[in-house]
Amino acid sequence: MKVVIFSTCIVDLFFPNVGKAMVEVLERFGCDTEMPVKQICCGQPTFNSGYVKETQPVFRNQIDALLSIDADYIVGPAGSCVNMLREFQVQLKDDPEYAEKAKQVAAKTWEFSQFLYRVLGVLDAGAELDATATYHRSCHMTRLLGERTSPFVLLDHVKDLKMVPLPHIENCCGFGGLFSVKEPEISKQMVDEKVDDVISTGASVLISADPACLMNIAGRFNRRGEKIKIMHIAEVLNHNVDPSRVKYVPEAERDELYAGGYNQGFTQSDVKKEVGA
Amino acid sequence: MTIKTSNEPFLTRLKESEQDTFMQKAVAKAQDAQWDKRTAARNELGHWEQWRDLGEQIRQHVIRYLPDYLEEFADNIEKHGGHVFFAKTDKEASDFIKHLAEEKQVHHVVKSKSMVTTEIDLDKELLKIPGLSLLETDLAEFILQEDDWDEPTHIVFPTLHKNRDQIRTIFQKLGYTGDNDPQHLARFARTYLRASFLKADMGITGCNFGVADSGLINLVTNEGNADLVMAIPKTQVVVMGMERLVPSLKEAEVLDNMLARSAVGQKLTSYCSFSTRQVSGESDGPEDFYVVIVDNGRSNALGTPFEPVLQCIRCGACLNVCPVYRHIGGHGYGSIYPGPIGAVLSPVLRGYEQFGDLPFASSLCGACTETCPVRIPLHELLIKHRQVMMNKLHTDKSFNNVIMKGIGVATSTPAMFRMALTADHVAMAPLTKHAPITVENEYPEGIIRKAPSMAKGWTDVRDLPEMPKHSENFRSWFKQHHKEQEAKQDD
Repeated sequence: MKVVIFSTCIVDLFFPNVGKAMVEVLERFGCDTEMPVKQICCGQPTFNSGYVKETQPVFRNQIDALLSIDADYIVGPAGSCVNMLREFQVQLKDDPEYAEKAKQVAAKTWEFSQFLYRVLGVLDAGAELDATATYHRSCHMTRLLGERTSPFVLLDHVKDLKMVPLPHIENCCGFGGLFSVKEPEISKQMVDEKVDDVISTGASVLISADPACLMNIAGRFNRRGEKIKIMHIAEVLNHNVDPSRVKYVPEAERDELYAGGYNQGFTQSDVKKEVGA
Repeated sequence: MTIKTSNEPFLTRLKESEQDTFMQKAVAKAQDAQWDKRTAARNELGHWEQWRDLGEQIRQHVIRYLPDYLEEFADNIEKHGGHVFFAKTDKEASDFIKHLAEEKQVHHVVKSKSMVTTEIDLDKELLKIPGLSLLETDLAEFILQEDDWDEPTHIVFPTLHKNRDQIRTIFQKLGYTGDNDPQHLARFARTYLRASFLKADMGITGCNFGVADSGLINLVTNEGNADLVMAIPKTQVVVMGMERLVPSLKEAEVLDNMLARSAVGQKLTSYCSFSTRQVSGESDGPEDFYVVIVDNGRSNALGTPFEPVLQCIRCGACLNVCPVYRHIGGHGYGSIYPGPIGAVLSPVLRGYEQFGDLPFASSLCGACTETCPVRIPLHELLIKHRQVMMNKLHTDKSFNNVIMKGIGVATSTPAMFRMALTADHVAMAPLTKHAPITVENEYPEGIIRKAPSMAKGWTDVRDLPEMPKHSENFRSWFKQHHKEQEAKQDD
């Protein structure tokens, strides 16, 4: 199956290792990956700051780029950015040229961990990581994209990895896109509490499916001189892989994963309402 | 007090909140406790998402037919011999009530907790009448009054920022001599208040819901004080926001149920009353009954993208889940309506000049939207406010505005983005500091500790990763990787 990689600007600019790990994992599970060069960004930096008009060309460029290669799926390494791609259909619903294209994009776009679990049916990616780790559940991936399960299932199957729960897992880390830049006084207090909570777990590794949240939490950890190892979930699932350990979800349970266990985020129901899907 | 609680600039308020560690701990503790209670109360009901659908439908329906329901409600109040006054502004509302108190030669006013009376600055107006005494009878509001009219910091728990020792000190001024045990403090307040109820000749309450088809006033409390305010004084004044209506008792039942679970994690509040003017033959209840229906900026929302904010039933759940409120508290917002609902509502009621900072005081985490029992898309409305300010009013005249527009262009023009990716870290090299790196696997290229311009906000708080060289970024790796894959296939 052919998969278009939605690289996200943050991975393009800062985190090549996250992109590499994602591509390697996807190829291990039989995906042909392609990366349209004209893609840039989901548009959240400007859109969420109120520059909605200025973001329209960003949406259109991204759609043109991602649809420029005929693929079965579009997969990205960041829950928040992936959610924004899926919301293009709401933002462009009155655009005669792009409304339909935006729907096409939404229909085949998945966040990396949910694609692995819900589409490819992977239960155990064959990875090993001898560590105690905790997981930061990003707000947009959880609440807007509605994905609360896939990362946990996949991480639970990593050999030798001990997962410990993060207190106040429901609270934002204080990233919030340009919120972190525009309101540093508030953001600092939020990220400090997150750092304290991560430290309180005793975990040596912090994992997430959103590189931007990780960049924020890691940045505060480093500024405070505290120790932690940061890993994107793709890096964990690409660590010391033994293909003989790979396990799949039983065929009979796959349909439910694909349709039933997902799309519970409230934005998704609004999307359905607005576009009549 | 009006909607605005502070004349200090936003940044000053934030600094003060940051130093108020007692407040922060109190809010965090309350949020954590409420999270569990609320979830349990909603789970116990079951099918919460469907309840939310129903709650949203009821509220949307009322807002859509608001003029009709207001007319029906007012007619029914008058049918029972009550009087209705529609107030366009806060001043019209408080003037009306003040004149009424003068006309009736009122000496003792008792009030039960009502945000809208705070909004119209009613206490201050009434106290201008010589010889008039006024007492807030909700325990928390009573504490605020006795603390020289301190500002409320939460719409459901107004004294969230005070501890038992502070309350004890406040009560000592009234003659309290006991310890700081909340039960003893509450008992003292109860005795103190009881005497005032009995001599009161005017009672003022808010209104949780006005029932249109019967003209009943629905009030929910846990202290029962509102019921005494309604039952004892001869004259009662109900002050309500113009959107707080339900078609009939059936809808009131649904919303009361959702309100109590969302606000305090209870099945129902201890007291839930439906009342009106004294019916002939009854021994209690007001003989003179007035309902003041307040617009005060609410109609600004009608017919705009902000209309859903009128769906609010003032449960405060969005404050209780908000990570920003958790740290800056009610004081930080500078509005009697703080938290996510306040950040959406305050600019609607009073405009961007006073409250334009608030819509930016959110990380858009969506916790508010997720918890709202009537499905107000709060975080989306915050973006809408930002859009009005940036795209319509152009309120940002700083250089950031230029940068943001630049980002818009750069993120929609592939050639420009490629330039950014190929510009290499050369441009950033002078910023790189050889500061210690304690975080593993995040900074292979080093860190930036002090960035200029807009990125300064980032590096004021945290380190920024240095960008990889062009040859080592993801795009370059992928290109190379693809070539290798193709070579393999060709073999």
